[in-house]
Order: sequence, then structure tokens, then C-alpha cells
Amino acid sequence: MRCGVPRSLRRRPVQLSGWAPLKALLPVACLPLFLGASLHAAALAPGAPDSPETGGTLRLTASSSGGTLDPQISYVHITYQMEAIVYDGLTTFAKTPGPMDRHAIPDLVEALPAPEDGGKTYVFHLRHGIRFSNGREVTPDDVAASMRRIFRANSPTAGPYYSHIVGGTECLHDAEHCTLSGGVIPDDTAWTITFHLTHPDSEFFDRLAFQHASILPADTPPHDTGNTAPLGTGPYRIASYEPNSGLVMERNPYFRQWDAEAQPAGYPDEIRYAFGLDPEAAVTAIENNQYDWMLENVPLDRQAEIGSRFSDRVRLIDQMVIYYAALNVNLPPFNDVRVRQALNYALNRKAVVIYNGGPAVSLAACQMLPTGAPGFEPGCAYTKGASPEHPAPEWKEPDLALAKKLVAESGTAGQKVVIVTPQSGGSDAIANEIRSTLTDLGYVASVRPITPVIEFSYIQNSDNNVQVGLTGWSADYPSASSFLQTLFSCATFIPHSDNSINASQFCDHKFDALMDRAAEVSLTDRKAGDALWAEASRALMAQAPAVPLDQTRRVALMSSRLHGAFDTPIYEAIFSQMKLRRAGDQP
Amino acid sequence: MNGPVDTAPPGPWQTAFRALGGNRSAMMALAVLVLIVVLSLIAPFYAHDIAHTDPFRANVAGSFMLDGRAVDIMQANDNPLHLGMTPAGPTWRPSAYMLGSDSQGRDVAARLLYGGRISLLISFSAAVLCIVIASIVGILAGFFGGFVDMVLSRLMDIMWAVPVYLFAISLSIVTISDGLKIGPFTIEADNLLIPIAIIALVYMPYAARPIRGRVMALRNADFVMAARSLGVPRWRILLVDILPNVASSIVVLAPLMAALALLTESALSFLSIGVQTPTASWGTIIQDGEGLIYSRPMVAIAPGLAIVIVVVALNVLGDGLRDALDVRETSKRGT
Repeated sequence: MRCGVPRSLRRRPVQLSGWAPLKALLPVACLPLFLGASLHAAALAPGAPDSPETGGTLRLTASSSGGTLDPQISYVHITYQMEAIVYDGLTTFAKTPGPMDRHAIPDLVEALPAPEDGGKTYVFHLRHGIRFSNGREVTPDDVAASMRRIFRANSPTAGPYYSHIVGGTECLHDAEHCTLSGGVIPDDTAWTITFHLTHPDSEFFDRLAFQHASILPADTPPHDTGNTAPLGTGPYRIASYEPNSGLVMERNPYFRQWDAEAQPAGYPDEIRYAFGLDPEAAVTAIENNQYDWMLENVPLDRQAEIGSRFSDRVRLIDQMVIYYAALNVNLPPFNDVRVRQALNYALNRKAVVIYNGGPAVSLAACQMLPTGAPGFEPGCAYTKGASPEHPAPEWKEPDLALAKKLVAESGTAGQKVVIVTPQSGGSDAIANEIRSTLTDLGYVASVRPITPVIEFSYIQNSDNNVQVGLTGWSADYPSASSFLQTLFSCATFIPHSDNSINASQFCDHKFDALMDRAAEVSLTDRKAGDALWAEASRALMAQAPAVPLDQTRRVALMSSRLHGAFDTPIYEAIFSQMKLRRAGDQP
Repeated sequence: MNGPVDTAPPGPWQTAFRALGGNRSAMMALAVLVLIVVLSLIAPFYAHDIAHTDPFRANVAGSFMLDGRAVDIMQANDNPLHLGMTPAGPTWRPSAYMLGSDSQGRDVAARLLYGGRISLLISFSAAVLCIVIASIVGILAGFFGGFVDMVLSRLMDIMWAVPVYLFAISLSIVTISDGLKIGPFTIEADNLLIPIAIIALVYMPYAARPIRGRVMALRNADFVMAARSLGVPRWRILLVDILPNVASSIVVLAPLMAALALLTESALSFLSIGVQTPTASWGTIIQDGEGLIYSRPMVAIAPGLAIVIVVVALNVLGDGLRDALDVRETSKRGT
């Protein structure tokens, strides 16, 4: 089911003309190229790949900056993507092309250690000779300090991702005096770091690969560094940053490639990010080669245009993201499972796909695990001719008759339903599609658009009594638990809180137990664990606490001078691997 | 033998209507307006019995029949990556998406007719409301003068000082989220009374000023002075002597106010702070067509053209009325 990169996106070989007189000039014409190559080799920056494609300035654009540069604090995609080539963790996600469900690989450590003590202890061997951008070598003490700093600096994922390190809970309550003394033990002699966990965690390596576990110098201030970027170990360092205008990255003079998959050497000499251009203007600027890459998705109204005129400069990037309508299982009519199933049967996913750009960029979703995620198994419980017990391979068409029958059995027809949606063109349209569907099922439905800035928090708070809330969720790292456990476990429903990510308010202890078992089995047997996650996904959809809508692909436009770009599910783009054509260097 | 025929001279209104009837431009404008009103009134018949469509229901996944074959309403583009979906274009056949589809798969022609009902209803209602309020304010200020005039005139000055669109947008934004609460009464945010009231209010000073001026001139006219000296009550002077003499000014103002109201309603609806979905007005249809301006320009052009035609017709009719009622000349005499 995974969508591959279309053949038309692959770069075509340059066709040489057969014009004879040109052939005679070939040696002369090539002379500057040879000269350029030798000059290039002489001027090669330390740590840069020895390639004729090395050099140049990569120009990126985004509508706004991501705020703080602190890698342990920032939780926005622009910073995550940008700082993937500035910072390293003990582990990381591969910065090479590959499938979506790849797990963490070693980065600053020699190898992924085998779990000890039933999965509660890990001994990492740090690599020798890796230096921060000030020339100082990374030591086990830096690792221990960085893990403490996650708590001291109040990293947003300190609780959910790292509090199971021994001493983590105490650090959450008293960040200032956080020591993690029993949880993270550096050994400068053996050059190791030992982690002790309170309970086994099959996703511990993935969590260490997340940017909030970046390894920083031990003397980094224990607070948000804001516009000042801490020192890192990647091939680039941040030379300047002005949140209202732009950011400049230059080569880290102390970087030497240690693993081409974990942190490959970068091609551009300099990377410049400009902030302030809206997506519409950014598309035009890239069409005109004024920029090489834009952060935002190409707006829907421009996709036909770039598909026609610049198809060789477009990349369609698979994303581990799911859009869904959360159904409040504690409020009528959705406190009746038959009504939740009815809406799942009745909603026309084809319409949803069209609203989000059509089948080229949107895939109808039938479950809360996106295609390609670990544990994903194709199957659609709510389409014509299918049921939770006998799912179809994929979504075909809605089954309005069965949906109406379920509603009639529930006796809830005629009730009022309000759909809360972020106020934006695409979401409004999908909300109206759901409204029409609910009207067909006999409900008195209406749509309440809310400004996107607060909608996500609004639908989470049980005090707001939201019946249906439209939202989306993308994973910090590829895992089934990021979707199922995070969005639908009892622990993530916090009544009366804006920070209750389980917007459906779904709590089923049997389902929780199944997920715990899947996590436990994954620790030693990923394949068996994934099978259990797939079972959990089916069990969840039988309860239907949400209506999965679709999974979208990002449409990225590149300048004509950019090549070699590839996408990864986590970072989307690896800027260090973007190569610039020499001929396009002229603005 | 027939005796001499008693031919009474025609009254001023009769004369005015005759003059208006002789003005071909004004009559053509009136005919256009009547035609558009009739077309708007038959919107349900067109949608249900001719186009067989529900113009308020999204239908992106649907299709329609054209020349015996089913045509998808939303069509994938034929570029190499099949990026983007484009709504069906105009077929120029009344039974099959005559003006094409908008981005939600709705029939633009049917929405245009329904939109006309709402746009015309709002603009005519707002114009009437505006004229009624402006007449009361203008007549009171002009007739009583002194303190009453000072208060009402300063109030109008304040309203006049705020740019009309800025004023309308501000009021709309305030009322769009929670509606309007006046004592025990609540008007919901999607009630058409809200844009009607806002538009009437923002244009009130523009209509009240000339009425006040006309009344001030009439206040010192001989026949008003004579009535006063005979001890006729003020309310009777207002109703019998003043009001009939400013009626021609009010009638002339009406089409111009309706044209302004139509433009303002369209602007507010285009900005999503006027008519609320799923109700359609010409402004909301233009907004629907904004993102389709390159691929399906008809979605925005059709309501835009309708607005232009109605505004021009109203202005031409207003000019005809002014000429027929001889307001300028009367005003000159009055002042």
C-alpha cells in the first residue's frame, strides 16, 4: 500500500546533442570544468564530501521561524528538520532514503546495546573523537548532563518520553535539583553511559533519537537558550539567527563523518533560511529559482499549476500523519458505539480525499495507524460489505443503508451534533461533509469553526463538551504506540485539562492491556510486537472512538538548481544532502 | 351635447411617474432589475426541477450526466503527477452544471440564483431600514434644530468619521461569533438581520444628512410658517407639511442606498463576516471562486457580473428617479 516515488520524479539523464561542430569544441569547453574541479578540491572544507557537487549556498524559505533554537525545548517541525544536521543524539533516525517504519540506529554510540536486567538497563559505548563545534570532544559527562538538562530545562517531552529513567519522576517534581544519579551513570574510563529504567521500554532507542535528547556540552545553561543555539556535533552550526528575518548555517569545522547513515557530511557550504514569505509567494519564488526549497506544503490551489509546469521539480513526500475526527465517547449520541460505527460507515472518504488534494496526495484512512507505520496491516472495517470482524482490504464506498440501520437501532436520530473544526478551507470543507453525512443519518448537525491556534487545545478539554473534533496527529518517531497509546489510552485522558491528547475521552482497560502486551513483546520480538499492535488497531476500530479520515503526502517544490534531494519519514528533507547545480548558482 | 370636460392637472407623483416612464434608460434598468428578481425567486424551481441538484450540499464525490455519460464533478488534472483536482467547468446547459461547479461540487448556476435571493433581500432590506432610520433622524434634527440637532448631528459626525467599510467590518466581527443580544432578545450569528442592521447603520448618516438639510430649508418655508402661526401642532406639521415634501428626496436615495448595500454585503460576505455558510450570497460565491480564479474563473465571474449589473441598474434607475422627481431643482429652490 505504500506509495512509491513516481517514476516521473526521478531525474532524467541529460541528452547530449549530436551537433558535430560542438564535438570539436569539447576539449576546450571542458577545460574550465577540469580547472574548476581542481580548484574545488583545493578549497574543500574540512569534513565536506569530496565531490564536485560540494559547495554553494542552499536557500530555504518559510512563512515564519520556529521560535527558540534550543533543541531540547523546540517542538516544531521547522526546527526539528533544520537541527537534524546540527545536533546528534546517542541514537538517531537514518538520514538516507528508505521505508517509513525504520527504527533508531546508533549515532554518537558505537552500537545499540543489548537490553540487560529484563530490558531495564542499557550500557552505551560512546564513540571516540566526536567533537562539538568549538573543538571539544564529546564525553560521557556531556551525555549525562544532557539527559539531566531535559528535566532542568523543562523539555516538553520530559514526562512522556524520559520520566521512566530512574530518578526521572523526582526530576519532574524538582527539576532544579535533578541529578538522575541512579538513572544515567557516565564512566569516563570505560567511555560508557549506563541507563537504568524503572520499567522496560521497547521504544527507548527511538526516544533517545528524538531531538529533545540531543547531546549538548555539559556547561549548556539549564534553561531555554532562545535565539542562541547551543553547540552541536553535526556537520553544520548555526552562525546567526534573527527570528523575524532569517537564519544562517555554516559548516562545523570540527565535523568528521563517522557514519554516513546516521550523520552524513553535508554538500552545501552554507544554508540560509529566510522567514516571512507566505506559501503562495514562496511557490512563485521557487518557480523563479529565487529559493531552493520551502518549508510549507504547496497550497492546494497551486498544485495543478506546478504539476503541469514543474513536475520534474516536485517531490511527493510520504508522511506518518493521520487526520481524524475524534468522537466523544462520553457524550450523546457518540456514547453509543453503534452511532460511532454508523458515522464510520457513512462518511464518504472519497470526498475527504478530494478535499485534501485528490488521490495523488491523499489516501483514504480506515484505521488510526497510518500506512507504513510499524504494526500497520491493511484492512478497512467500515466500508460497504465489511465489518470489524470481516474487514475489507481497503476502503471502497460508504454504506449509508447500514449506517442508517445502526442509528435507528440506537434511537438517537434527531439529536443535535456540533462539529468543531480548525478554521481553514480544507478542514471547513471536511467538517461540512461530516455535517451533511450526519444530516443524512437523521441528526441536526452544525459546524463550529475555531481559530486553528486554539482548536487543538479546545477539543481536548472535557469542559468544552465537544462532540466531534477534527484534528490530525503526526508521530515524533515511527511507532504504533505514538498513535494508539498516545491518542486512546486511559492515561492520556485527563478530565478538565487542555492537555488531554485523548480527545475522544476513550478509556478501555482491556485495550490498554493489549497495548501494554504489544509494547512488552516488541522489546524482544519486533515482528510479534507489530502483530499485536495490528490487533490493537483492529480492536480500537471495533470501538470506533474516531473516524479516520485520510493520510496525506507533502507536496514539495524545488528550484531547478537543486538535485539529489530525498525524503525521510521523520525529517522529510535532509538539507545537508541537497546538492546544487553549478550552472544555477547565478541568481 | 357634451358639456366641458373637467380635466384636473396631474399631481406631482403622477407627473413624476410619467416622466420616469419616458426615460428609456431608467425603464431598461427597471426591467433588468425585475428580471433578476424573478430569476432569483425561481431559484428553488431551477435547482429542483431543471438542474436536479442541491446547491447547499457538498458533492465532490458525485457525478452528473452529460450527453448520456457520467462526468465526475471533481476531476483529477492530467499533469504528469495528477496533482490538483479541478471542478467541472461550465457546460452551458441548464440541466447539467450550466456554469460549472465550485470547489465543493455545488452547481454554481443554482447557487447564483439562490445567492441573488439573499443578496437582494439584504440590500433592499438594508436600504429600506437605512432610509427609515435616516428619515427619522434627519427630520427630527432638521425640524427641531437646537439641542436635538446638535446631539443627532454630532452622533452622525462621529459615525461619518469612521471609514464605512472599517465600521462595517468592525461591527460584523463583533457580532459574528456570538450574535447580537439586545435585552431579552438574541439574534443568532447566522441571522440575516445582523448584516441588514449593520449595513443600514453604517450608511445612515449618508442618507440622514441630505434629508436634514432639506427639512431645515422647509422649516422656514412660507407654508410651514403659516401653519405654525395658525397654531397647527408640530406633529401635524411634520406629517402633513414636511414629510410629503422630503418624500421625493427619500425615494431618490433608495436605489442608491440599495446599490451601496449590495456592494457592502458582498464585501462582508467575501471576507466571511457577512452571510454565513451554508447560506449563499453573491459575496460568498465570489469567495468560493477565489481559489479557482485560474482554473474555473466562472465561479467568481458570474456573481461578480450579477453584482455589477444590479448596481449599474440601480444607479441608472436612481438617476431616472432624480430627474423625474426633479429633486435637484427643488433642492436648489429650497436652499
